Amino acid sequence: MTARIAYADVEVGAEVPARSFPVTRDTLVRYAGASGDFNPIHWNERFAREVGLPDVIAHGMFTMAEAARVVTDWTGDPGALVEYGVRFTRPVVVPDDDKGAVIEVSGKVAAKLDDEARTVRVDLTVTSAGQKVLGMSRAVVRLA
Amino acid sequence: MALDQSFVGRSYPPTAPYEVGREKIREFAEAIGDTHPAYTDPEAAGELGHPDVIAPPTFVFAITFKAAGQVVADPKLGLDYSRVVHGDQRFAYTRPVRAGDRLTVTSTIEAVKSLAGNDVLDIRGEVHDEAGEHVVTAWTKLVARAAEDTAGDAAGKQGE
Repeated sequence: MTARIAYADVEVGAEVPARSFPVTRDTLVRYAGASGDFNPIHWNERFAREVGLPDVIAHGMFTMAEAARVVTDWTGDPGALVEYGVRFTRPVVVPDDDKGAVIEVSGKVAAKLDDEARTVRVDLTVTSAGQKVLGMSRAVVRLA
Repeated sequence: MALDQSFVGRSYPPTAPYEVGREKIREFAEAIGDTHPAYTDPEAAGELGHPDVIAPPTFVFAITFKAAGQVVADPKLGLDYSRVVHGDQRFAYTRPVRAGDRLTVTSTIEAVKSLAGNDVLDIRGEVHDEAGEHVVTAWTKLVARAAEDTAGDAAGKQGE
């Protein structure tokens, strides 16, 4: 584990670089194949509407994967991740057009947990179309 | 339908090993659009101290969720899978999953609750490598929505 951010250099409240991740129907088909999650609510509009959804929605685990990138890009080593959890509060609705949806992720250092283990907690804010899609989105990382 | 409370604490036998391949990791990293070299280049992974390419943090969910399937599909538990949505997900890592791993999952039912007519099921999946060493634990909360939910309400709660 070789994070490029030093524990000593990080202060509570520091922001990690925010990012936005586009998601289109094409993205969802690829993710379905790679993850093995072929639930039709993620690719079949007719089915999604039948079960009461406004349209096809992104896999919750896809959104969770994108949100993690803000943390792993910041530390430089994905292996520095110690804990990661989210609550799926709202679906990311992905319309069938060229634009799709955008997942916006920002984060800040919420706490320095352990001086010896050099772990910090990063709290993430994850939105799409102006609404929070993940709640309690928190990562613990071990810094250098 | 209320779930059978006696299932709390029940563990299921370890799954057959899942062999993690470099190309499967590459496929997953491409699907989430993540170009971090540790996912595809053994040398780049080596520079970070990993013996082979590592998998993105949520990669292991495909393995633990499949293992959770034996819990979810247990007819004695009485879960209506057609109404299930993913509520929460959490991972605690001892080390990242990497190519060459042969991983087994032991699933345990941590909690069975009924909240406002919804059935809530907490499953813990302990992932170990071939040497029996702990790699990661995954906690998955599944919510089976109450049958009387309107479609509109259901959509608002739909998470997965």
